[in-house]
Amino acid sequence: MDNLASIRDAFGRALVKLGEKNEKVVVLDADVSTSTRTAFFHDKFSDRFFNFGVAEGNMMDAAAGLALVGKIPFVSTFSSLASLRALEQIRTSIAYPKLNVKIAGGYGGLSDFKDGPTHHSICDLAIIRSIPNMTLIVPADAIETEKAVYMVAQYEGPVYLRLSRAEVPVIFDKNYKMEIGKGNLLKDGRDVTLIATGIMVTRVLETARLLENKEKIDVRVIEIHTLKPIDVNIITQAAEETGAIVTAEEHSIIGGLAGAVAEVIAENKPVPMERIGIRDTFTESGKYNDLLEKYGMGIKHIIDAVKKVMKRKK
Amino acid sequence: MRFHSEKLIVELTEKARNLRIQVVKMIYKAESGHPGGSLSAADIVTALYFHHLNIDPAQPHWPERDRFILSKGHAAPLLYAALAERGYFPKEELDTLRSIGSILQGHPDILKTPGVEMTTGILGHGLSVGVGMAIGAKLDHKNYRIYVLLGDGELDTGFNWEAALSAHKYHLDNLTAIVDLNGVQLDGPTNEIMPLEPVVDKWRSFNWHTIEIDGHNIKQILDTLDETKHLHGKPSIIIAHTIKGKGVSFMQNKSTWHGRVPNKEEFEIALKELQKENNNG
Repeated sequence: MDNLASIRDAFGRALVKLGEKNEKVVVLDADVSTSTRTAFFHDKFSDRFFNFGVAEGNMMDAAAGLALVGKIPFVSTFSSLASLRALEQIRTSIAYPKLNVKIAGGYGGLSDFKDGPTHHSICDLAIIRSIPNMTLIVPADAIETEKAVYMVAQYEGPVYLRLSRAEVPVIFDKNYKMEIGKGNLLKDGRDVTLIATGIMVTRVLETARLLENKEKIDVRVIEIHTLKPIDVNIITQAAEETGAIVTAEEHSIIGGLAGAVAEVIAENKPVPMERIGIRDTFTESGKYNDLLEKYGMGIKHIIDAVKKVMKRKK
Repeated sequence: MRFHSEKLIVELTEKARNLRIQVVKMIYKAESGHPGGSLSAADIVTALYFHHLNIDPAQPHWPERDRFILSKGHAAPLLYAALAERGYFPKEELDTLRSIGSILQGHPDILKTPGVEMTTGILGHGLSVGVGMAIGAKLDHKNYRIYVLLGDGELDTGFNWEAALSAHKYHLDNLTAIVDLNGVQLDGPTNEIMPLEPVVDKWRSFNWHTIEIDGHNIKQILDTLDETKHLHGKPSIIIAHTIKGKGVSFMQNKSTWHGRVPNKEEFEIALKELQKENNNG
């Protein structure tokens, strides 16, 4: 792929830029700052960077404390740890009291591929999405990651940013305006809608091009970066106008983007829907692309899902 | 160190007894709540809210105020009674504890109750939140202090020990924790459920300034709170020995009264005992 850029590097650099503009911004990490790239912030603003060691729960509560005295804490660790080990802190001390804490869950999905299932984060979106008051955002490329950092700093309230370790193709240009809760229509189409989040956005765009060129299928592509609050209008309209939906995410097919989209169409415009994602199984170590292929997130899987959903539409 | 007059001690003793009476009344009315751990902490909370804390009930969000976190959130009735007595909200609200639409939730809720500094209730969070506040205060070069009241059963949770490590790392001498060491948790005595001793040695080995006191001796509580304000370089913890259910004979040291509601007869005896103590005050 051409024009690749690292999501974690973009995150780390954006935090530094944000820190230059806003003195209230503080960053916390749990002994993985060189991995998540919050080390960039540490290098520039060591007095506003706090390494809590391998103690994610304490770190998350401390972030709540910092928010209570007027800081804008960005709390960073791996998404599997943020959403599981520190979940009680997120629910009780951040979401319930609606504190202005920005949680950055790095290494989302399978992006820490070779470390295996302990480090893969395939339930985080489902878990975080079920918590009241939370805003859940999954950027699709490096530019959107940078925009997301600035955007959530402007927003008053708890946010969970699910990030990737990967280098992914750049989709957005620098003038792109990102808005919480607004889905992006990346390509119009009338036969079927592909709705994707995170690194799967690139894959569905490629799939759409293939289907259009080879099969003459007119595919709509929507990017959902905000899983919560979800853009009900763009999804309902897609259901009404294309009559079939395929969701794609680097996550379990349970409770993440698929769950969110299914909830919207079930209440507004029921149409056939297929889900691309990990099919309720633990994964394994391996090369990133090999894992995405083996666990159902390859282009061929998306093509099969489109054909299947279009058959069901008839 | 400030001098605490005999008159002040008598006044605060009276306040503490009134808070205990209020706690028993609230729990009886609500038909739900935790009397044991509310009564054990009454003298500590009284010393804080009626003398030690630098707070202004007319300005609950005054940036320079001291912060108090009730980490053992099940003692909420005690906190609510103190806040109402200090004028954060009308005392009539105390009758609504735990009922639908009330500003007084079963456990403290920062969004609902004026004066509550942090939502708590699930044990093991208050000290970590206090660590974050104390770091923030230092970043801003502010002089306000952070106080966290912990239960002894609560110290079973590992999060407190994570918090202990980080408070030492960041030299949080603006943080004072107090353990309401009443020796009894929900299921029974702490030394049976999960032995904590030697608790003082544990905190000392975590590099906290650790002071042991009688948690029902108001003068000692006040003196020790003052002492922790003048210690530099590390956080302080006051290990306050208390009696669970203090002031009501049949509740004292009984784990069954951790979360039980008195019946009518028990309620009347409890009030009589607490009021009698008042008269002898």
